[in-house]
Amino acid sequence: MHDGFLTYQNMKFLKMAAVLCVVTVIAYIWYQPIDEHNGGTWLGYTLGTIGALLIFWLTWLGIRKRRYGANFSLSAWVSAHVYLGLSLIVIATLHTGFQFGWNVHTLAYVLMMIVIISGGFGIYAYTRYPKVMSENRRGSSLDDLLAQIGDIDRECRQIAAPLPDSVAELVVQSCEHTKIGGSLLRILSGKDKSCGSTAAFERLRTHVSEVEQEHAQATRKLLVLIGKKCGLLTTVRRDIQLKAFMDIWLRVHVPMTVALLAALVIHIFSVFYYW
Amino acid sequence: MADHYDIAIVGSGPSGLSAGARAAQKGINHILLETTDHASDTIYKFQKKKFVMATPDVMPLRSDVSFEVGIREDILETWDREIDEQKINISYKSEVTAITGEKDNFTLKIKDGRTITANHVVLSIGMQGNIRKLDVDGDDWEGVQYQLDDPEEYEDERIIVVGAGDAAIENAVALAAQNKVALVNRKGEFARVKSGNLTLITESIESGLLECYYNASTARVTPGEIILKVPEGETVVPCERIIARLGAMAPRGFVESCGIKFTSEDRSALPDLSEKYESSVPGLYVVGALAGYPLIKLAMNQGYEVVETISGNNIAPADEPLLEEKFASLEGRAVNEVLQTIQENVPLLSHMSALQFREFMIDSTIHRVQKDDVIFLRNDYTNSVYSIVEGSVSALINPDDASERVKLKKGSFFGEMGLIAGRRRTATIVANEDSFLVETPRRAMLRLINSVPGSKKVLDTAAIYRQIQTHLAPNIEKELLKDIVDSAAVESLSAGDVLINQGDDADSVFLIRSGSFVVSSLIGGRDVVLSYIPSGNYIGEMALLTEAPRSATVKATVASEVIKIDAAAFRALLKTEHELRREIEAKFQDRMVENLETEERPEAGDVIDFLVGQGVGEASDVLLIDESLCVRCDNCEKACAETHGGISRLNREAGPTFETLHVPTSCRHCEHPHCMSDCPADAIHRAPDGEVFIDDTCIGCGNCAGNCPYGVIQLAYPAKEKPGLLSWLLFGSGPGPGQDKASGKKVEGARSMAAKCDMCKDIEGGASCVSACPTGAAIRVKPEEFLSITNLAKAG
Repeated sequence: MHDGFLTYQNMKFLKMAAVLCVVTVIAYIWYQPIDEHNGGTWLGYTLGTIGALLIFWLTWLGIRKRRYGANFSLSAWVSAHVYLGLSLIVIATLHTGFQFGWNVHTLAYVLMMIVIISGGFGIYAYTRYPKVMSENRRGSSLDDLLAQIGDIDRECRQIAAPLPDSVAELVVQSCEHTKIGGSLLRILSGKDKSCGSTAAFERLRTHVSEVEQEHAQATRKLLVLIGKKCGLLTTVRRDIQLKAFMDIWLRVHVPMTVALLAALVIHIFSVFYYW
Repeated sequence: MADHYDIAIVGSGPSGLSAGARAAQKGINHILLETTDHASDTIYKFQKKKFVMATPDVMPLRSDVSFEVGIREDILETWDREIDEQKINISYKSEVTAITGEKDNFTLKIKDGRTITANHVVLSIGMQGNIRKLDVDGDDWEGVQYQLDDPEEYEDERIIVVGAGDAAIENAVALAAQNKVALVNRKGEFARVKSGNLTLITESIESGLLECYYNASTARVTPGEIILKVPEGETVVPCERIIARLGAMAPRGFVESCGIKFTSEDRSALPDLSEKYESSVPGLYVVGALAGYPLIKLAMNQGYEVVETISGNNIAPADEPLLEEKFASLEGRAVNEVLQTIQENVPLLSHMSALQFREFMIDSTIHRVQKDDVIFLRNDYTNSVYSIVEGSVSALINPDDASERVKLKKGSFFGEMGLIAGRRRTATIVANEDSFLVETPRRAMLRLINSVPGSKKVLDTAAIYRQIQTHLAPNIEKELLKDIVDSAAVESLSAGDVLINQGDDADSVFLIRSGSFVVSSLIGGRDVVLSYIPSGNYIGEMALLTEAPRSATVKATVASEVIKIDAAAFRALLKTEHELRREIEAKFQDRMVENLETEERPEAGDVIDFLVGQGVGEASDVLLIDESLCVRCDNCEKACAETHGGISRLNREAGPTFETLHVPTSCRHCEHPHCMSDCPADAIHRAPDGEVFIDDTCIGCGNCAGNCPYGVIQLAYPAKEKPGLLSWLLFGSGPGPGQDKASGKKVEGARSMAAKCDMCKDIEGGASCVSACPTGAAIRVKPEEFLSITNLAKAG
């Protein structure tokens, strides 16, 4: 009763796509054109038509998923999108008859392959990262984690108020020079080499033996708090990194789809115009 | 020479005003006497902007003065206008100090020295003119007051509220927003308050919003402080203001001085009145709260009726046309005749007084059904009770075999499980012949059970029979079950109570009437949850077959009710009924196999344990997210907002997670919804398919949000209309689909309303959070399916 998009209805769409691919391959081997395999034979036109229709239909998902409240299951559509989209690799490649060149036709093919490959990463991301994300968060929500970090900062400032400047400075560094997120590369790396909290933690660790006796206990407490904050920061950065992995491929997939549509229209138009 | 009137009406509350208006309409020479300088002082003294209800809803208003639900100000304004328009002869500042004389010759003394004579007197002075005072030394201090008009008038004061009723609680909490408030409660708890107010005050005290002195009473007052008698002795509490809300009582001294007799010596007793509201003094009538009818609409109807009675019209009760309309399908049978037939034929309804029964029938529906008509289907979510006045029906108790029927004869009733558990119907009911049925909604039926002990007893015994027949012994004659039913008793349990202990003697079997239970067993020194059992099932059934000790422990997950059946009585039956024994053994084997499967996977038990801990024990449908599939796209929230006026009713990220099973903050459609318990506008309902939803009559009071233990109801302003998909896509007129899912901004003139999940009951595609999930991570689960959900945790 409960299926993921890959296993939807016993992989109904995988089977459908597999049949489609097998039939295409058999037709390709069985059919020996007078000339050579290319998009201009009747099989080439057939495969091209199927491929183009598939591409338009696959793109329709973008509209479909925004039709909220309609009577359909989006995960079924995604399942079909995934498997039929992958089947394009076979259909479109055989449509080309392995004839490539520096022209708009091959451009359309290349764009399509970029879309499929980015989608392939999407499948990988959607199967792998959700679980990793849950494990990383250990039941807390992102808001909880951020709130905890805020609480630690507040507490650190209170503790640091009566302490010598050398210690208070480190607390300020931890509170004010810690960034979460930032540039794309930083988000994707899941780390921050110039993290104020990590630096403050390291310096505090060496410093803790040097402070006067009366401040030693408070400083040790700071060390524990900032250490805990660094742990939380690792979790938060990892969380944002994983979310980015799950989102970023769409930044390639969707614009490339639009480019593909444009190239595809030109491809079809030019084929018929210069018949 | 004193002014003489045909009717003198004393008191201009709802009933007096209505009487005055009727008299004015009929051109009767009348006077309406009011102590204060404004009409309807009780309502005038309501807290500002108080929402005034017009219950009972079904009762039509019969008055020349209009009245409908609304805020205090609007109602008073309307009445003031209508007093002028209808030329009601009202005399303000005319406190009546004495009424003497007899019919056609009453004399009323007014405080300012005037006297008035009248042929008839209608006494409609209510109770609030006689509010209870503190009655201690120093209570004449100017800081002592007995009402609160506008809590926002006071700021930064220390205020003591004396009393523990609804008015005291409402005042105290409202004042606490900007003052330091302490409540003085004579008792150790808050008994006899509306459940919403109980939650309100308990939370306010727990959160430190206000203080409460329990078991405390006022010893005396000095300017600037109140001295309280508390269990430890006396304590002095400084304060700027004391607000005492101690209720009111009938102004008995005055009423008795008019010669009116009371029904008893009891302090709360009411005047002794005839059916036409005439008191023991002929010509002197009593209506409204003083007559025992504190509801505004009923009081207004009485004011109308009493004037009609005085002018010689013997008018039928206000509900007569309603009943006539209801009985229209019965072709020409008179209302009284129908009422009598129903009460004679159905023992369950025979214990009500004529007045109670009329009210009951107004809430009910009449059905004429023909042979083979379906009354309701198995798994329907309706919760009304049917009584068979004429004809008979059959219950199809086996979904796979339509021939397995239990016949229900004239005078019996069915559907009563709906009263106890908010679960689906357990059988399909079909008419055997042309029949006449009365369908009563749950609320009216519960009122009957609570107020008429005779009906409760009839219902309970019959329900036990029915449940034993349905669940344990479908084909056994009623007579054979007599010993078993006689041995049965209903037991109530609180959440966490243990029903069965592992190792105990197995002497009884339990049928779950309401609530749900978890079964757990000590395996390897650890308490492992084996299964979850919702209402309508039985527990401890092994006791029917063997006398071996209990093999597992059973605990209630929420407040629950079970029928305890003596196993020995049942075993005696099994000795003669071999077929039944075979059936029961077969049923139990399934349960055993299920338990064994769970024992092999202890993690499944942990999942049940977790779900029960999240309150799904009382859920009828809950949204779960399989986090191993959830890509955190929030499309579920977007879909929810898009299909519900821009406000998402679910928060995906909030809520606890167990391994990869996440319970987002979303309505569980509880078996007995907490939100429904105190909705002044009666805007929360259960749809036929089980969805609990809030309709447009919501007044935005927030009671439901406060009562929901799962925090799934929010008060929100309606969002703006969105542009179409294409104009967003091509021209960028935003926000687009899925964007800006909770604006929450106050729109000018808009009123906030409570918003919660309605399971997309009006949407073709079903729950849109589920249909919009791209990966199949969001699922909706019913209690029966919890066990299969445990597989999800394993696969995940």
